[in-house]
Amino acid sequence: MADPVFIGVAVLTIGSAIISLETRELVYGAIALAISMMGIAGFFLLLDAPFVAMFQIAVYVGAVAVLVIFTVMLVRTQALFTTKEDKGRKSAGIVLMLIFMAGIGAVFLVSGLNSQTFGNPKAPPIDFVAIGKQMLTYYSPALIILALTLAGAVIGALALARRQEIEQKNDRTA
Amino acid sequence: MTELLNYIIVSVVLVAIGIYGLVVKRNAVRMLFALEIIANAANLNLVAFSRNLSNAQGQVFALFSIAIAAAEVAVGLGIIIIAYRLYKDIDVEEFKSMRG
Repeated sequence: MADPVFIGVAVLTIGSAIISLETRELVYGAIALAISMMGIAGFFLLLDAPFVAMFQIAVYVGAVAVLVIFTVMLVRTQALFTTKEDKGRKSAGIVLMLIFMAGIGAVFLVSGLNSQTFGNPKAPPIDFVAIGKQMLTYYSPALIILALTLAGAVIGALALARRQEIEQKNDRTA
Repeated sequence: MTELLNYIIVSVVLVAIGIYGLVVKRNAVRMLFALEIIANAANLNLVAFSRNLSNAQGQVFALFSIAIAAAEVAVGLGIIIIAYRLYKDIDVEEFKSMRG
């Protein structure tokens, strides 16, 4: 059976993912989401991918979680408590979740992945020199497009969030 | 159960939780949380297969995917702030008309 570290990280990740969706206070939800992302980073470490794990912590726990917490603070807190879920919708969601879990899970359990012949978990771990080589040779166009996409997204987010009326008023008074 | 299958099962559970969140929650920020959970389940799968097949491309794709997810969160939160300014609420059922 799976080793205890794996089970511990799995319980942490899945538990805090559920908490992040179900807790009443949105700020606690954001913190639980950050803990869940840390759990995913732990999985990456277990899979001998320390570079991806550090990237995950830097981007998700360092940037995304802080961004979400800031947004939750900007959005007035009273608005967050008015959302009422109706019971039928919630139970339908839970049934859908269980059907999805059982269906896809059963497909994987009977598939060829559930045999010792697929892949080799004892293979030597991937060196991050290999990752860098792949990124700068074969995937270099993808890397450039990714950089342009990120720049576009950040400029778009800034353009979305700016308040035009206030800026115009400031221009007139200045 | 192989080691790879353990990771796939965790990933399936995370995707199912994310779908539950997208279906049930009406709070826009919580829907964004659910999206993040689904994206992370996909990344976990990429890295697990990369480890098992001893292929660096899975990790490269995981890195790309993490970077794109960060951009997506920035734009999503920008849209949520706009919606809050227009409707004074972040309940997606209140966003009846998307006029600017």
